[in-house]
Amino acid sequence: MTATMETIAPAGTWQLDPVHSTVAFEVDYLAGTFKGDFRDIAATLAVEGDTARLEGVAKVASVDVKDENLAAHLQSPDFFDAERHPELRFAAENVALDGDSVTIRGEITIKGVTKPAAIAGTVAPPMTDPYGKERIGLKVATTVDRTDFGVSWNAPLPSGDPALSNDVTIVGDLHFVKA
Amino acid sequence: MRILGISGSLRRDSYNAGLVRTAARLAPGEVELWDGLKGIPAYDEDDERNPAPAVVELRSALAGADGVLFATPEYNSSVPGHLKNALDWASRPLATNPLRNKPVAVVGASTGVFGAVWAQAELRKVLAAIGARVLEDELAVGQAATRFDEQGLLADNELRERLAGVVESVIDAVDERVAVAA
Repeated sequence: MTATMETIAPAGTWQLDPVHSTVAFEVDYLAGTFKGDFRDIAATLAVEGDTARLEGVAKVASVDVKDENLAAHLQSPDFFDAERHPELRFAAENVALDGDSVTIRGEITIKGVTKPAAIAGTVAPPMTDPYGKERIGLKVATTVDRTDFGVSWNAPLPSGDPALSNDVTIVGDLHFVKA
Repeated sequence: MRILGISGSLRRDSYNAGLVRTAARLAPGEVELWDGLKGIPAYDEDDERNPAPAVVELRSALAGADGVLFATPEYNSSVPGHLKNALDWASRPLATNPLRNKPVAVVGASTGVFGAVWAQAELRKVLAAIGARVLEDELAVGQAATRFDEQGLLADNELRERLAGVVESVIDAVDERVAVAA
């Protein structure tokens, strides 16, 4: 699809800088918000003319939370089922820019289930880093209903309400470097 | 294919052990009864560095199995304490425990009309928390005193077929796991 107003970045292939990027999730749990992220991530932003394609992947086995037992539970069939579905994926060819705002419509795959998703946020314009590499940054987010993807674990509170929200916000702070 | 069958009842003439032995007859050479539960001591984190031989044997039996068939009775609307205790031992450490990703199915028998359905549900919850691949198949054998023959095997043909179906589901899930790994 065409970036209708302007291109997201100069033409070329942009690779994710995984060290300085974050793909995280946030979900309401009990009285607060529980957060975690995936350490092993990769993405490519391919820009050609006025079209752009974004593809990204996060390895379920690299889920990073502050308790090893919780990490083990998240990888089990009860949650992401890393054995059968080792990756979370996002792919999009519809990148719409409006000033520094961006909306990227594509498909997200979680636990083997693929659904349409729109991620939205802001773009930092291209800059040159101290090593002469061109960089751009995207801060984007989308909210999904995890039960649509078969990630349905929950536990009832004494009140009868569920402990864990179905709505999960996936947050990407993505730094791309031009290849 | 090696499916470990674990009965949550220790009684000599246990109906749940009868379910496992019936499953072994229905899938010859693929289901075997493991009866070491009685020797497992109460879980104590202090003993984790040097667990009792019965715990080592349980972990080894689970590690060597492709899948597990649990047959549980119901004690006070829940899983028998010694079965839960054995699973607590087996689950440590959680990230590398031998039940992780392993296909497991739960069936149950009781002398009442409900066939241990609450114990089965709680056992499925516990197994999922441990990280097992818990199959959705269900078999609740109520009024167990009328369902088994003099050899202690399940006599009702429809129930035998359903039990065979549960075992088949475990076998299919093991085959799928092998295919994913290939």
